[in-house]
Amino acid sequence: MCPPAPHSDATLPCDEDIRALVTPLASLEGPLLPMLHRLQEEYGFIPANAVTVLADILNLGRAEVHGVVSFYHDFRENPAGRHVLKICRAEACQSMGSEDLARDTLARLGIDWHDTTANGSVTVEPVYCLGMCACAPAAMLDDRVVARLDRARMDKLLDEAGA
Amino acid sequence: MKIYVPMDSAAKALGADEVAEAIAHEAVARGMDVEIIRNGSRGMIWLEPLVELDAGEGRIGFGPVSVEDVPALLDGTLESHGLVEEIPFFARQNRLTFARCGVIAPLDLDAYQAHGGLAGLRRAIGMSGSEIVDEVTESGLRGRGGAGFPTGIKWKTVMLAEASQKYIVCNADEGDSGTFADRMIMEGDPFTLIEGMAIAGLAVGATKGYVYMRSEYPDAIKVMNAAVDIARQQGMLGPRVLGSDRAFDMEIRVGAGAYVCGEETSLLNSLEGKRGVVRAKPPLPALEGFMGRPTVVNNVISLATVPVVLEKGAAHYADFGHNRSRGTVTLQIAGNVRRGGLFEAGFGMTLGEIVNDIAGGTASGRPVKAVQVGGPLGAYMPVGKFHTPMGYEEFDAEGGLIGHAGLVVFDDSADMLKMARFAMEFCAIESCGKCTPCRIGAVRGVETIDRIAAGDGAATELLTDLCDTMRDGSLCALGGFTPFPVMSALSNFPDDFACRKEAAE
Repeated sequence: MCPPAPHSDATLPCDEDIRALVTPLASLEGPLLPMLHRLQEEYGFIPANAVTVLADILNLGRAEVHGVVSFYHDFRENPAGRHVLKICRAEACQSMGSEDLARDTLARLGIDWHDTTANGSVTVEPVYCLGMCACAPAAMLDDRVVARLDRARMDKLLDEAGA
Repeated sequence: MKIYVPMDSAAKALGADEVAEAIAHEAVARGMDVEIIRNGSRGMIWLEPLVELDAGEGRIGFGPVSVEDVPALLDGTLESHGLVEEIPFFARQNRLTFARCGVIAPLDLDAYQAHGGLAGLRRAIGMSGSEIVDEVTESGLRGRGGAGFPTGIKWKTVMLAEASQKYIVCNADEGDSGTFADRMIMEGDPFTLIEGMAIAGLAVGATKGYVYMRSEYPDAIKVMNAAVDIARQQGMLGPRVLGSDRAFDMEIRVGAGAYVCGEETSLLNSLEGKRGVVRAKPPLPALEGFMGRPTVVNNVISLATVPVVLEKGAAHYADFGHNRSRGTVTLQIAGNVRRGGLFEAGFGMTLGEIVNDIAGGTASGRPVKAVQVGGPLGAYMPVGKFHTPMGYEEFDAEGGLIGHAGLVVFDDSADMLKMARFAMEFCAIESCGKCTPCRIGAVRGVETIDRIAAGDGAATELLTDLCDTMRDGSLCALGGFTPFPVMSALSNFPDDFACRKEAAE
């Protein structure tokens, strides 16, 4: 157990917790991405102090680790809303009207891409292809993919997410 | 009675889980003896969820089935499509790679073997590495990831390389819009990919494999992980593959939302835990790939096709096809189409046949305007080029590319200037940043197209020049091929670029 950090943001885990979480992955070939996925799965984002811990475990520079975290769209440096809604913006979905659907959805929520609703329920992000190209348009709410979306189905999804 | 309800993520995204649950519930309520099998998808996505009933006289298809249809389905009053394999879209195909997909439960290794699975691997175990490589070379199998490089030649380079450790890396970072064949086979017949990788391992002397999957495919990741576990437990993977003295094992790895990681060298960097930036070639990954060791990097469909090549022989496979494009192509018909889905057939059908005849035109009922073939880096083909046969060389001659054989159909409401702008915007978002033509060029491309949209006619010439620079100067296909959609939109649909000018004036 970690002692509570001074002036802490309660959600930030301590170094020992991070170390315990990722050390079992250290023997993999190319362990950094699996470690980052594990951290994000546990905390919902990559805690800032994880960079130092990972750099130490993997014998890398902090800049190198930070570079990897910031390179990939998936890794967050801040927590998202309780749910993440990813709306597909790729060509096949566009051919079935996804741009209008996305615009209407963002307007209903009163936010822009990458933003979170005021009540903290949903973060909306663009995604480029979910492999639902023959039943477009599509979106993914957390890990659940929904296809052949229209405004009514999108409204239902947003209601489910508490938006 | 057996009832098949797909567990493919497209079927699930259209309600298959709810339908399966309703069938189970209703069957219990009626005291019916029903076995529900969760199969993969047959690829007729417009019919999903496609439920199949088998009472001993063949599998009868129903779909799309909703929860409300379930009582009628069990009453026998729901209208059917007849025998699934006689539905014209299905009956016209030559399913080699996808022979089992949609037929069996994806994680049932016994069913896999009962339908020809493992025969290729068993045969490969009795062959030398060079015999396997020769068989694959003779089949004419070319990389299904886009570049169309002969698979056998790539394997031979790795086979001949001297190293203490070699690798098989499967590129399952299927990020191209309009493509879902990799997802479908991984969710619907994962053992065929595992078998193909094991055969590749035997051929080149690699004992370790990785599948690099995209994080946008959570269902496929779950199925592949489960399949690898089962394969290991059943001795298909491990220190003694199928009881032989040969070793091969593999791991599933997950990317993190970077499109460029579908490029083989950035994929290797990502797999090593680095930023997914492109590497300059040479050295070829075949000689210095994962961890600097000789590595086969193949697309999912290429590797998943290897078992059938070994099972039925090179000649059987090569007999399908057209000119220098041998075997089958796994077309993915997508976008604004009436009958979208996966269609596997020999190369050589024309684009028009596929779009009008097989897919039945647009879903909206409006005229077709353009078909983007080969993903976000593929050209927009106008109706005027519908005579082009599906073949690597034939598409190249028309200024297009087949890529991963995804076709995205657009109706006449599509604004091609907007699509060209999107191609540049996408390239700007996804550029790895290593080379200037891609990193800066894509941003300038968006600005230049905005100038054209605002009525600046002279910007067209600038855009053409910029595209030439990107094409000739970029390190990889992201910057190098973004000009395909942009220039094809500009040259095939000049009205969409010109009318802005007039409107602005």
